[in-house]
Amino acid sequence: MSAAWKWLRHNAVNIWAALAIAYLLIPIGLIAVFSFNDPEGKFNYVWSGFSTDAWTGIFGIQELTDAFLTSLRLAALSTLIATILGTMIALALVRHQFHGRKVANFLIVIPMATPEVVIGASLLSMFLIYGISLGFFSLLLAHVMFSISFVVIVVRSRLIGFDRRLEEAARDLGATPMTTFRTITFPLLMPGLVGAALLAFALSIDDFVISNFTSGTTVTFPLYIFGAAQRGIPVEVYSVATLLFSVTVLAMLFVTWQQRRAEKLAEVRPDDTDESGLSALTAGREPVSSAGSAA
Amino acid sequence: MNGESKPLSRRLIPYWLMGPGLLWLVLFFVIPLYFMARLALESGTLETGFSFTWEWANFTDGWDRYSEQFFRSFIYAGSATLIALVIAYPLAYAIAFRGGRWKNALLFAVVAPFFTTYLIRTIAWTTILSDNGVVVDVLRTIGILGDDGRVLATPAAVIAGITYNFLPFMVLPIYASLERLDPGLIEAAKDLYSSSRAAFLKVTLPLSMPGIVAGTLLTFIPAAGDYINVIFLGSTNTSMVGNAIQSLYLNTREYPTAAALSFILMAVIMAVVVIYIRFAGSEALMGEEEEAT
Repeated sequence: MSAAWKWLRHNAVNIWAALAIAYLLIPIGLIAVFSFNDPEGKFNYVWSGFSTDAWTGIFGIQELTDAFLTSLRLAALSTLIATILGTMIALALVRHQFHGRKVANFLIVIPMATPEVVIGASLLSMFLIYGISLGFFSLLLAHVMFSISFVVIVVRSRLIGFDRRLEEAARDLGATPMTTFRTITFPLLMPGLVGAALLAFALSIDDFVISNFTSGTTVTFPLYIFGAAQRGIPVEVYSVATLLFSVTVLAMLFVTWQQRRAEKLAEVRPDDTDESGLSALTAGREPVSSAGSAA
Repeated sequence: MNGESKPLSRRLIPYWLMGPGLLWLVLFFVIPLYFMARLALESGTLETGFSFTWEWANFTDGWDRYSEQFFRSFIYAGSATLIALVIAYPLAYAIAFRGGRWKNALLFAVVAPFFTTYLIRTIAWTTILSDNGVVVDVLRTIGILGDDGRVLATPAAVIAGITYNFLPFMVLPIYASLERLDPGLIEAAKDLYSSSRAAFLKVTLPLSMPGIVAGTLLTFIPAAGDYINVIFLGSTNTSMVGNAIQSLYLNTREYPTAAALSFILMAVIMAVVVIYIRFAGSEALMGEEEEAT
Protein backbone atom coordinates (compact mmCIF):
# COMPACT_ATOMS: atom_id res chain seq x y z
CA MET A 1 0.00 0.00 0.00
CA SER A 2 2.59 2.53 1.06
CA ALA A 3 4.97 1.40 -1.69
CA ALA A 4 2.27 1.93 -4.29
CA TRP A 5 1.43 5.27 -2.76
CA LYS A 6 5.08 6.28 -2.87
CA TRP A 7 5.39 5.23 -6.51
CA LEU A 8 2.27 7.19 -7.37
CA ARG A 9 3.52 10.25 -5.54
CA HIS A 10 6.84 10.10 -7.29
CA ASN A 11 5.35 9.59 -10.74
CA ALA A 12 2.24 11.74 -10.41
CA VAL A 13 3.82 14.54 -12.46
CA ASN A 14 4.84 12.15 -15.24
CA ILE A 15 1.41 10.54 -15.38
CA TRP A 16 -0.21 13.96 -15.52
CA ALA A 17 2.17 14.97 -18.30
CA ALA A 18 1.42 11.81 -20.28
CA LEU A 19 -2.31 12.49 -20.00
CA ALA A 20 -1.80 16.10 -21.10
CA ILE A 21 0.20 14.97 -24.14
CA ALA A 22 -2.57 12.53 -25.01
CA TYR A 23 -5.11 15.34 -24.69
CA LEU A 24 -3.05 17.43 -27.10
CA LEU A 25 -2.62 14.67 -29.67
CA ILE A 26 -5.98 12.87 -29.66
CA PRO A 27 -7.82 15.39 -31.88
CA ILE A 28 -4.98 15.30 -34.42
CA GLY A 29 -5.08 11.50 -34.53
CA LEU A 30 -8.85 11.66 -34.85
CA ILE A 31 -8.60 13.89 -37.91
CA ALA A 32 -6.18 11.48 -39.57
CA VAL A 33 -8.43 8.51 -38.75
CA PHE A 34 -11.58 10.25 -39.97
CA SER A 35 -9.90 11.08 -43.28
CA PHE A 36 -10.44 7.35 -43.98
CA ASN A 37 -14.09 7.45 -42.98
CA ASP A 38 -16.95 6.58 -45.29
CA PRO A 39 -19.72 8.70 -43.74
CA GLU A 40 -23.35 7.84 -44.41
CA GLY A 41 -24.76 11.34 -44.27
CA LYS A 42 -23.26 14.71 -45.01
CA PHE A 43 -21.54 15.01 -41.66
CA ASN A 44 -18.22 13.31 -41.00
CA TYR A 45 -18.83 13.02 -37.26
CA VAL A 46 -19.56 9.32 -36.79
CA TRP A 47 -17.33 6.44 -37.88
CA SER A 48 -19.18 4.34 -40.40
CA GLY A 49 -16.67 2.40 -42.44
CA PHE A 50 -13.22 2.45 -43.99
CA SER A 51 -12.61 4.12 -47.32
CA THR A 52 -9.65 5.67 -49.12
CA ASP A 53 -11.87 7.75 -51.44
CA ALA A 54 -10.97 11.01 -49.74
CA TRP A 55 -7.29 10.31 -50.36
CA THR A 56 -7.46 9.05 -53.92
CA GLY A 57 -9.76 11.91 -54.86
CA ILE A 58 -8.13 14.42 -52.53
CA PHE A 59 -8.30 17.26 -55.05
CA GLY A 60 -11.60 16.20 -56.56
CA ILE A 61 -13.66 19.05 -55.13
CA GLN A 62 -13.02 22.13 -57.26
CA GLU A 63 -13.88 24.78 -54.63
CA LEU A 64 -11.75 23.05 -52.02
CA THR A 65 -8.77 22.80 -54.37
CA ASP A 66 -9.16 26.44 -55.42
CA ALA A 67 -9.37 27.56 -51.80
CA PHE A 68 -6.31 25.52 -50.91
CA LEU A 69 -4.31 26.97 -53.80
CA THR A 70 -5.37 30.49 -52.83
CA SER A 71 -4.16 29.79 -49.30
CA LEU A 72 -0.82 28.48 -50.58
CA ARG A 73 -0.29 31.52 -52.80
CA LEU A 74 -1.28 33.90 -50.03
CA ALA A 75 0.92 32.17 -47.45
CA ALA A 76 3.93 32.06 -49.79
CA LEU A 77 3.71 35.75 -50.65
CA SER A 78 3.00 36.98 -47.13
CA THR A 79 5.79 34.77 -45.75
CA LEU A 80 8.29 36.19 -48.22
CA ILE A 81 7.42 39.82 -47.41
CA ALA A 82 7.08 39.31 -43.64
CA THR A 83 10.36 37.38 -43.38
CA ILE A 84 12.30 40.11 -45.16
CA LEU A 85 10.73 42.98 -43.19
CA GLY A 86 10.89 41.12 -39.87
CA THR A 87 14.54 40.10 -40.31
CA MET A 88 15.50 43.69 -41.03
CA ILE A 89 13.80 44.82 -37.82
CA ALA A 90 15.50 42.05 -35.83
CA LEU A 91 18.92 43.05 -37.22
CA ALA A 92 18.32 46.65 -36.19
CA LEU A 93 17.15 45.65 -32.70
CA VAL A 94 20.03 43.31 -31.91
CA ARG A 95 22.96 44.90 -33.71
CA HIS A 96 22.39 48.63 -33.47
CA GLN A 97 22.05 51.29 -30.82
CA PHE A 98 19.31 53.78 -31.52
CA HIS A 99 16.75 56.02 -29.92
CA GLY A 100 13.18 54.83 -29.87
CA ARG A 101 13.93 51.20 -29.08
CA LYS A 102 11.05 51.14 -26.61
CA VAL A 103 8.61 52.40 -29.22
CA ALA A 104 9.83 49.79 -31.70
CA ASN A 105 9.52 46.98 -29.14
CA PHE A 106 6.06 48.16 -28.19
CA LEU A 107 4.95 48.30 -31.82
CA ILE A 108 6.15 44.72 -32.33
CA VAL A 109 4.60 43.23 -29.19
CA ILE A 110 1.25 45.00 -29.28
CA PRO A 111 -0.26 43.21 -32.32
CA MET A 112 0.47 39.90 -30.61
CA ALA A 113 -1.30 41.14 -27.49
CA THR A 114 -4.41 42.17 -29.41
CA PRO A 115 -7.25 39.71 -29.98
CA GLU A 116 -7.51 38.74 -33.63
CA VAL A 117 -11.13 39.79 -33.78
CA VAL A 118 -10.08 43.37 -32.95
CA ILE A 119 -7.33 43.33 -35.61
CA GLY A 120 -9.77 42.02 -38.20
CA ALA A 121 -12.47 44.47 -37.21
CA SER A 122 -10.15 47.48 -37.32
CA LEU A 123 -8.72 46.52 -40.72
CA LEU A 124 -12.23 46.10 -42.07
CA SER A 125 -13.15 49.53 -40.64
CA MET A 126 -10.26 51.12 -42.53
CA PHE A 127 -10.97 49.27 -45.76
CA LEU A 128 -14.64 50.27 -45.52
CA ILE A 129 -13.93 53.95 -44.95
CA TYR A 130 -11.35 54.09 -47.73
CA GLY A 131 -13.53 51.97 -49.98
CA ILE A 132 -10.69 49.53 -50.61
CA SER A 133 -12.18 46.44 -52.19
CA LEU A 134 -11.70 43.25 -50.21
CA GLY A 135 -9.95 40.26 -51.73
CA PHE A 136 -6.54 38.71 -52.18
CA PHE A 137 -4.74 42.04 -51.85
CA SER A 138 -6.41 43.07 -48.59
CA LEU A 139 -5.75 39.57 -47.24
CA LEU A 140 -2.08 39.93 -48.15
CA LEU A 141 -1.77 43.28 -46.36
CA ALA A 142 -3.34 41.76 -43.23
CA HIS A 143 -1.35 38.52 -43.25
CA VAL A 144 2.01 40.28 -43.61
CA MET A 145 1.01 42.56 -40.74
CA PHE A 146 0.29 39.81 -38.22
CA SER A 147 3.30 37.71 -39.31
CA ILE A 148 5.99 40.41 -38.94
CA SER A 149 6.03 40.37 -35.12
CA PHE A 150 6.52 36.61 -34.96
CA VAL A 151 9.36 36.74 -37.49
CA VAL A 152 11.08 39.46 -35.44
CA ILE A 153 10.84 37.38 -32.25
CA VAL A 154 12.28 34.23 -33.86
CA VAL A 155 15.10 35.90 -35.80
CA ARG A 156 15.95 38.11 -32.84
CA SER A 157 16.46 35.10 -30.57
CA ARG A 158 18.70 33.56 -33.23
CA LEU A 159 20.75 36.75 -33.52
CA ILE A 160 21.20 37.03 -29.77
CA GLY A 161 22.79 33.59 -29.68
CA PHE A 162 25.02 34.51 -32.61
CA ASP A 163 28.76 34.41 -31.94
CA ARG A 164 29.97 37.61 -33.55
CA ARG A 165 33.60 36.61 -33.11
CA LEU A 166 33.14 34.36 -36.14
CA GLU A 167 32.46 37.44 -38.25
CA GLU A 168 35.35 39.30 -36.67
CA ALA A 169 37.63 36.38 -37.45
CA ALA A 170 36.57 36.46 -41.09
CA ARG A 171 37.22 40.20 -41.25
CA ASP A 172 40.62 39.75 -39.58
CA LEU A 173 41.49 37.20 -42.23
CA GLY A 174 40.82 39.80 -44.90
CA ALA A 175 37.24 39.05 -45.95
CA THR A 176 35.22 41.99 -47.25
CA PRO A 177 31.97 42.81 -45.42
CA MET A 178 30.06 41.30 -48.36
CA THR A 179 32.05 38.06 -48.28
CA THR A 180 31.68 37.88 -44.50
CA PHE A 181 27.92 38.25 -44.81
CA ARG A 182 27.71 35.69 -47.63
CA THR A 183 29.96 33.04 -46.11
CA ILE A 184 29.47 33.50 -42.35
CA THR A 185 26.46 35.56 -41.32
CA PHE A 186 23.89 34.31 -43.80
CA PRO A 187 24.61 30.55 -43.51
CA LEU A 188 24.52 30.76 -39.71
CA LEU A 189 21.36 32.82 -39.75
CA MET A 190 19.68 30.61 -42.36
CA PRO A 191 18.07 28.06 -40.00
CA GLY A 192 16.60 30.92 -37.96
CA LEU A 193 15.23 32.49 -41.12
CA VAL A 194 13.75 29.22 -42.30
CA GLY A 195 12.21 28.69 -38.87
CA ALA A 196 10.71 32.17 -38.92
CA ALA A 197 9.44 31.71 -42.46
CA LEU A 198 7.87 28.39 -41.54
CA LEU A 199 6.09 29.99 -38.59
CA ALA A 200 4.85 32.85 -40.78
CA PHE A 201 3.65 30.32 -43.36
CA ALA A 202 1.82 28.27 -40.74
CA LEU A 203 0.20 31.39 -39.25
CA SER A 204 -0.99 32.56 -42.64
CA ILE A 205 -2.33 29.27 -43.96
CA ASP A 206 -4.17 28.64 -40.69
CA ASP A 207 -5.62 32.10 -40.19
CA PHE A 208 -9.37 32.25 -40.01
CA VAL A 209 -10.44 35.20 -37.87
CA ILE A 210 -8.59 38.05 -39.58
CA SER A 211 -9.28 36.54 -43.01
CA ASN A 212 -12.95 36.28 -42.12
CA PHE A 213 -13.03 40.07 -41.85
CA THR A 214 -10.76 41.01 -44.74
CA SER A 215 -11.45 38.45 -47.47
CA GLY A 216 -14.52 39.78 -49.27
CA THR A 217 -15.47 37.00 -51.68
CA THR A 218 -12.00 35.42 -51.83
CA VAL A 219 -12.03 31.97 -50.22
CA THR A 220 -9.02 30.53 -48.39
CA PHE A 221 -8.75 26.99 -47.01
CA PRO A 222 -9.99 27.86 -43.48
CA LEU A 223 -12.75 30.04 -44.95
CA TYR A 224 -13.84 27.15 -47.17
CA ILE A 225 -14.05 24.88 -44.11
CA PHE A 226 -16.11 27.47 -42.28
CA GLY A 227 -18.52 27.81 -45.19
CA ALA A 228 -18.76 24.06 -45.65
CA ALA A 229 -19.37 23.44 -41.94
CA GLN A 230 -23.01 24.52 -42.20
CA ARG A 231 -23.83 22.04 -44.98
CA GLY A 232 -21.49 19.25 -43.86
CA ILE A 233 -17.74 19.10 -44.26
CA PRO A 234 -16.52 16.77 -47.01
CA VAL A 235 -14.09 14.06 -45.92
CA GLU A 236 -11.54 15.50 -48.36
CA VAL A 237 -11.06 18.43 -45.95
CA TYR A 238 -9.78 15.94 -43.38
CA SER A 239 -7.29 14.46 -45.85
CA VAL A 240 -6.07 17.89 -46.99
CA ALA A 241 -5.64 18.87 -43.33
CA THR A 242 -3.74 15.64 -42.62
CA LEU A 243 -1.56 16.17 -45.67
CA LEU A 244 -0.84 19.74 -44.59
CA PHE A 245 0.01 18.53 -41.09
CA SER A 246 2.41 15.87 -42.37
CA VAL A 247 4.21 18.26 -44.70
CA THR A 248 4.58 20.88 -41.94
CA VAL A 249 5.90 18.29 -39.50
CA LEU A 250 8.47 17.09 -42.03
CA ALA A 251 9.53 20.67 -42.75
CA MET A 252 9.79 21.34 -39.00
CA LEU A 253 11.99 18.27 -38.49
CA PHE A 254 14.18 19.36 -41.39
CA VAL A 255 14.61 22.84 -39.91
CA THR A 256 15.47 21.44 -36.48
CA TRP A 257 18.06 19.18 -38.09
CA GLN A 258 19.54 22.12 -40.02
CA GLN A 259 19.59 24.23 -36.88
CA ARG A 260 21.53 21.56 -35.02
CA ARG A 261 23.99 21.37 -37.90
CA ALA A 262 24.46 25.13 -37.87
CA GLU A 263 24.99 25.08 -34.12
CA LYS A 264 27.62 22.39 -34.53
CA LEU A 265 29.34 24.46 -37.22
CA ALA A 266 29.35 27.48 -34.96
CA GLU A 267 30.81 25.44 -32.14
CA VAL A 268 34.13 24.93 -33.98
CA ARG A 269 36.19 27.25 -31.87
CA PRO A 270 39.82 27.08 -30.75
CA ASP A 271 39.06 27.38 -27.06
CA ASP A 272 35.70 26.06 -26.12
CA THR A 273 36.19 26.02 -22.36
CA ASP A 274 36.58 29.76 -22.16
CA GLU A 275 33.41 30.42 -24.11
CA SER A 276 30.83 30.74 -21.35
CA GLY A 277 32.99 32.97 -19.18
CA LEU A 278 33.99 35.21 -22.05
CA SER A 279 30.56 35.63 -23.50
CA ALA A 280 29.19 36.41 -20.05
CA LEU A 281 31.82 39.12 -19.68
CA THR A 282 31.32 40.67 -23.08
CA ALA A 283 27.54 40.51 -22.91
CA GLY A 284 27.57 41.83 -19.35
CA ARG A 285 24.88 39.38 -18.27
CA GLU A 286 24.20 35.69 -18.03
CA PRO A 287 25.12 33.54 -21.03
CA VAL A 288 22.37 33.76 -23.59
CA SER A 289 23.38 30.91 -25.85
CA SER A 290 20.57 28.69 -24.60
CA ALA A 291 17.96 31.37 -25.34
CA GLY A 292 18.62 31.01 -29.03
CA SER A 293 17.50 27.46 -29.57
CA ALA A 294 13.74 27.31 -29.43
CA ALA A 295 11.99 23.97 -29.48
CA MET B 1 25.77 58.88 -26.19
CA ASN B 2 27.23 55.85 -27.77
CA GLY B 3 26.38 56.84 -31.31
CA GLU B 4 27.55 60.45 -30.98
CA SER B 5 30.99 59.75 -32.41
CA LYS B 6 29.71 57.76 -35.38
CA PRO B 7 28.91 59.48 -38.65
CA LEU B 8 25.25 60.30 -39.28
CA SER B 9 24.93 57.79 -42.11
CA ARG B 10 25.90 54.97 -39.76
CA ARG B 11 23.52 56.12 -37.10
CA LEU B 12 20.69 56.06 -39.61
CA ILE B 13 21.23 52.40 -40.55
CA PRO B 14 18.93 50.96 -37.85
CA TYR B 15 16.15 53.29 -38.95
CA TRP B 16 16.49 52.20 -42.57
CA LEU B 17 16.44 48.59 -41.45
CA MET B 18 13.37 48.97 -39.26
CA GLY B 19 11.56 51.50 -41.38
CA PRO B 20 9.66 49.36 -43.88
CA GLY B 21 8.52 46.76 -41.33
CA LEU B 22 7.46 49.24 -38.69
CA LEU B 23 5.74 51.34 -41.35
CA TRP B 24 3.73 48.27 -42.34
CA LEU B 25 2.70 47.81 -38.69
CA VAL B 26 1.72 51.46 -38.41
CA LEU B 27 -0.26 51.44 -41.66
CA PHE B 28 -2.10 48.18 -41.06
CA PHE B 29 -2.30 47.97 -37.30
CA VAL B 30 -2.18 51.43 -35.70
CA ILE B 31 -4.04 53.43 -38.34
CA PRO B 32 -6.87 50.87 -38.66
CA LEU B 33 -7.43 51.30 -34.92
CA TYR B 34 -7.95 55.02 -35.56
CA PHE B 35 -10.51 54.24 -38.25
CA MET B 36 -12.27 51.81 -35.98
CA ALA B 37 -12.44 54.55 -33.33
CA ARG B 38 -13.97 56.88 -35.91
CA LEU B 39 -16.46 54.26 -36.98
CA ALA B 40 -17.39 53.68 -33.34
CA LEU B 41 -18.47 57.32 -33.08
CA GLU B 42 -20.57 57.40 -36.24
CA SER B 43 -24.32 57.14 -36.40
CA GLY B 44 -26.75 55.92 -39.00
CA THR B 45 -27.78 52.63 -40.54
CA LEU B 46 -26.68 50.67 -43.56
CA GLU B 47 -29.64 52.07 -45.58
CA THR B 48 -29.20 55.75 -44.68
CA GLY B 49 -25.42 55.61 -44.62
CA PHE B 50 -23.15 56.41 -41.72
CA SER B 51 -21.88 59.83 -40.69
CA PHE B 52 -19.47 60.98 -38.03
CA THR B 53 -21.40 62.60 -35.16
CA TRP B 54 -19.39 61.88 -31.99
CA GLU B 55 -22.00 59.27 -31.17
CA TRP B 56 -20.72 58.21 -27.74
CA ALA B 57 -24.00 56.46 -27.16
CA ASN B 58 -22.71 53.59 -29.32
CA PHE B 59 -20.48 52.60 -26.43
CA THR B 60 -23.17 52.69 -23.75
CA ASP B 61 -25.74 51.06 -26.03
CA GLY B 62 -23.27 48.38 -27.08
CA TRP B 63 -22.45 47.66 -23.47
CA ASP B 64 -26.14 47.52 -22.49
CA ARG B 65 -27.01 45.18 -25.34
CA TYR B 66 -24.01 42.89 -24.98
CA SER B 67 -22.86 43.08 -21.35
CA GLU B 68 -23.96 39.46 -20.93
CA GLN B 69 -21.63 38.38 -23.76
CA PHE B 70 -18.81 40.42 -22.22
CA PHE B 71 -19.13 38.75 -18.85
CA ARG B 72 -19.39 35.36 -20.51
CA SER B 73 -16.21 36.05 -22.52
CA PHE B 74 -14.22 36.90 -19.45
CA ILE B 75 -15.62 34.04 -17.38
CA TYR B 76 -14.97 31.50 -20.16
CA ALA B 77 -11.52 32.89 -20.98
CA GLY B 78 -10.65 33.09 -17.27
CA SER B 79 -11.75 29.50 -16.60
CA ALA B 80 -9.95 28.22 -19.68
CA THR B 81 -6.78 30.05 -18.62
CA LEU B 82 -6.94 28.55 -15.13
CA ILE B 83 -7.57 25.03 -16.41
CA ALA B 84 -4.78 25.43 -18.96
CA LEU B 85 -2.41 26.50 -16.17
CA VAL B 86 -3.32 23.44 -14.09
CA ILE B 87 -2.74 21.16 -17.09
CA ALA B 88 0.34 22.97 -18.37
CA TYR B 89 2.48 23.46 -15.26
CA PRO B 90 3.08 19.79 -14.41
CA LEU B 91 3.52 19.06 -18.12
CA ALA B 92 6.13 21.81 -18.52
CA TYR B 93 7.77 20.66 -15.28
CA ALA B 94 7.97 17.07 -16.47
CA ILE B 95 9.43 18.09 -19.84
CA ALA B 96 11.99 20.42 -18.29
CA PHE B 97 13.22 18.21 -15.43
CA ARG B 98 12.33 14.65 -16.39
CA GLY B 99 12.24 14.84 -20.18
CA GLY B 100 15.76 13.55 -20.66
CA ARG B 101 16.40 12.64 -24.25
CA TRP B 102 12.67 12.83 -25.01
CA LYS B 103 12.63 16.55 -24.34
CA ASN B 104 12.52 17.65 -27.97
CA ALA B 105 9.97 15.03 -28.96
CA LEU B 106 7.72 16.11 -26.09
CA LEU B 107 8.03 19.78 -27.01
CA PHE B 108 7.17 18.79 -30.53
CA ALA B 109 4.01 17.07 -29.29
CA VAL B 110 3.07 20.27 -27.46
CA VAL B 111 3.22 22.40 -30.61
CA ALA B 112 1.81 19.70 -32.91
CA PRO B 113 -1.78 21.04 -32.67
CA PHE B 114 -0.56 24.26 -34.30
CA PHE B 115 0.25 22.31 -37.45
CA THR B 116 -3.35 21.35 -38.02
CA THR B 117 -5.89 23.92 -39.05
CA TYR B 118 -7.54 25.64 -36.10
CA LEU B 119 -11.03 25.06 -37.46
CA ILE B 120 -10.38 21.36 -38.08
CA ARG B 121 -9.02 20.95 -34.56
CA THR B 122 -12.19 22.46 -33.17
CA ILE B 123 -14.35 20.34 -35.46
CA ALA B 124 -12.50 17.25 -34.19
CA TRP B 125 -13.78 18.16 -30.74
CA THR B 126 -17.36 18.17 -31.99
CA THR B 127 -16.78 14.53 -32.94
CA ILE B 128 -15.21 13.69 -29.59
CA LEU B 129 -17.93 15.40 -27.58
CA SER B 130 -20.84 14.45 -29.83
CA ASP B 131 -24.02 12.99 -28.32
CA ASN B 132 -23.21 9.44 -29.36
CA GLY B 133 -19.49 9.70 -28.67
CA VAL B 134 -17.44 7.98 -25.99
CA VAL B 135 -17.13 10.98 -23.68
CA VAL B 136 -20.86 11.55 -23.39
CA ASP B 137 -21.38 7.81 -23.01
CA VAL B 138 -19.01 7.58 -20.07
CA LEU B 139 -20.39 10.71 -18.41
CA ARG B 140 -23.93 9.30 -18.73
CA THR B 141 -22.92 5.92 -17.32
CA ILE B 142 -21.22 7.36 -14.24
CA GLY B 143 -24.17 9.66 -13.74
CA ILE B 144 -22.52 13.05 -14.20
CA LEU B 145 -24.84 13.63 -17.14
CA GLY B 146 -28.50 12.65 -17.21
CA ASP B 147 -29.65 10.03 -19.71
CA ASP B 148 -30.26 12.65 -22.38
CA GLY B 149 -27.61 15.06 -21.13
CA ARG B 150 -25.28 16.64 -23.66
CA VAL B 151 -21.82 18.14 -23.62
CA LEU B 152 -22.03 19.99 -26.92
CA ALA B 153 -23.81 23.34 -26.80
CA THR B 154 -22.89 23.80 -23.13
CA PRO B 155 -20.44 26.28 -21.58
CA ALA B 156 -18.29 23.28 -20.58
CA ALA B 157 -17.77 22.34 -24.23
CA VAL B 158 -16.81 25.89 -25.16
CA ILE B 159 -14.37 26.17 -22.26
CA ALA B 160 -12.87 22.77 -23.11
CA GLY B 161 -12.38 23.84 -26.72
CA ILE B 162 -10.76 27.14 -25.77
CA THR B 163 -8.51 25.39 -23.25
CA TYR B 164 -7.39 22.92 -25.88
CA ASN B 165 -6.77 25.46 -28.61
CA PHE B 166 -4.60 27.75 -26.52
CA LEU B 167 -2.88 25.22 -24.24
CA PRO B 168 0.48 25.31 -26.12
CA PHE B 169 0.67 29.07 -25.45
CA MET B 170 0.60 28.23 -21.75
CA VAL B 171 3.05 25.31 -21.83
CA LEU B 172 5.85 26.93 -23.82
CA PRO B 173 6.58 30.02 -21.68
CA ILE B 174 6.38 28.00 -18.45
CA TYR B 175 8.70 25.41 -19.94
CA ALA B 176 11.13 28.15 -21.01
CA SER B 177 11.30 29.64 -17.52
CA LEU B 178 11.74 26.23 -15.87
CA GLU B 179 14.39 25.23 -18.38
CA ARG B 180 16.40 28.34 -17.56
CA LEU B 181 16.25 27.56 -13.85
CA ASP B 182 19.56 26.54 -12.31
CA PRO B 183 19.10 23.04 -10.75
CA GLY B 184 21.89 23.96 -8.34
CA LEU B 185 19.46 26.26 -6.55
CA ILE B 186 17.10 23.40 -5.79
CA GLU B 187 20.00 21.23 -4.66
CA ALA B 188 21.19 24.04 -2.42
CA ALA B 189 17.75 24.30 -0.86
CA LYS B 190 17.72 20.57 -0.22
CA ASP B 191 21.25 20.66 1.21
CA LEU B 192 19.95 23.22 3.64
CA TYR B 193 17.36 20.67 4.79
CA SER B 194 14.44 22.04 2.85
CA SER B 195 11.76 19.47 2.01
CA SER B 196 10.95 18.86 -1.67
CA ARG B 197 7.71 20.68 -1.16
CA ALA B 198 9.33 23.71 0.46
CA ALA B 199 12.03 23.77 -2.23
CA PHE B 200 9.34 23.81 -4.88
CA LEU B 201 7.30 26.53 -3.20
CA LYS B 202 10.25 28.75 -2.30
CA VAL B 203 12.60 28.22 -5.25
CA THR B 204 11.03 26.63 -8.33
CA LEU B 205 7.63 28.30 -8.27
CA PRO B 206 8.82 31.90 -7.71
CA LEU B 207 11.49 31.53 -10.40
CA SER B 208 8.95 30.25 -12.90
CA MET B 209 6.61 33.16 -12.21
CA PRO B 210 7.60 35.07 -15.38
CA GLY B 211 6.66 32.01 -17.41
CA ILE B 212 3.33 31.71 -15.64
CA VAL B 213 2.59 35.39 -16.21
CA ALA B 214 3.48 35.24 -19.91
CA GLY B 215 1.58 31.99 -20.40
CA THR B 216 -1.54 33.28 -18.68
CA LEU B 217 -1.48 36.39 -20.82
CA LEU B 218 -0.87 34.54 -24.07
CA THR B 219 -3.78 32.23 -23.28
CA PHE B 220 -6.21 34.77 -21.90
CA ILE B 221 -5.92 37.38 -24.66
CA PRO B 222 -6.84 35.21 -27.65
CA ALA B 223 -9.36 33.30 -25.51
CA ALA B 224 -11.27 36.46 -24.58
CA GLY B 225 -11.70 37.44 -28.23
CA ASP B 226 -12.40 33.95 -29.57
CA TYR B 227 -15.62 33.13 -31.39
CA ILE B 228 -14.82 29.90 -33.24
CA ASN B 229 -15.29 27.61 -30.26
CA VAL B 230 -18.76 29.00 -29.61
CA ILE B 231 -19.74 28.54 -33.25
CA PHE B 232 -18.75 24.87 -33.32
CA LEU B 233 -19.06 23.72 -29.72
CA GLY B 234 -21.53 26.13 -28.17
CA SER B 235 -24.97 27.57 -28.84
CA THR B 236 -26.61 30.98 -28.88
CA ASN B 237 -26.83 30.70 -25.09
CA THR B 238 -23.05 30.57 -24.81
CA SER B 239 -22.19 33.32 -27.29
CA MET B 240 -19.21 35.52 -26.44
CA VAL B 241 -18.38 39.09 -27.35
CA GLY B 242 -16.35 37.90 -30.33
CA ASN B 243 -19.51 36.37 -31.78
CA ALA B 244 -21.34 39.66 -31.32
CA ILE B 245 -18.58 41.62 -33.05
CA GLN B 246 -18.37 39.14 -35.91
CA SER B 247 -22.07 39.03 -36.60
CA LEU B 248 -22.57 42.79 -36.22
CA TYR B 249 -19.73 43.45 -38.68
CA LEU B 250 -20.31 40.69 -41.20
CA ASN B 251 -24.01 39.80 -41.01
CA THR B 252 -26.19 42.67 -39.78
CA ARG B 253 -23.59 45.32 -40.67
CA GLU B 254 -24.22 47.55 -37.65
CA TYR B 255 -20.69 48.87 -37.99
CA PRO B 256 -20.70 51.59 -35.31
CA THR B 257 -21.94 49.28 -32.56
CA ALA B 258 -19.54 46.56 -33.68
CA ALA B 259 -16.60 48.98 -33.64
CA ALA B 260 -17.59 50.26 -30.19
CA LEU B 261 -17.74 46.69 -28.86
CA SER B 262 -14.29 45.93 -30.30
CA PHE B 263 -12.94 48.98 -28.52
CA ILE B 264 -14.44 48.03 -25.19
CA LEU B 265 -12.98 44.53 -25.58
CA MET B 266 -9.58 45.96 -26.42
CA ALA B 267 -9.67 48.44 -23.56
CA VAL B 268 -10.47 45.76 -21.00
CA ILE B 269 -7.74 43.48 -22.36
CA MET B 270 -5.24 46.36 -22.45
CA ALA B 271 -5.97 47.04 -18.80
CA VAL B 272 -5.18 43.40 -18.01
CA VAL B 273 -1.99 43.51 -20.10
CA VAL B 274 -0.76 46.74 -18.49
CA ILE B 275 -1.25 45.32 -15.01
CA TYR B 276 0.61 42.19 -16.03
CA ILE B 277 3.47 44.04 -17.71
CA ARG B 278 3.90 46.13 -14.57
CA PHE B 279 4.21 42.84 -12.79
CA ALA B 280 6.54 41.04 -15.20
CA GLY B 281 8.32 43.63 -17.37
CA SER B 282 7.84 43.89 -21.13
CA GLU B 283 11.27 42.45 -21.95
CA ALA B 284 10.39 39.34 -19.96
CA LEU B 285 7.23 38.99 -22.00
CA MET B 286 9.04 39.33 -25.30
CA GLY B 287 11.80 37.02 -24.17
CA GLU B 288 9.30 34.36 -23.20
CA GLU B 289 7.48 34.53 -26.47
CA GLU B 290 10.48 33.61 -28.54
CA GLU B 291 9.99 30.05 -27.35
CA ALA B 292 6.64 29.93 -29.09
CA THR B 293 8.10 28.67 -32.34
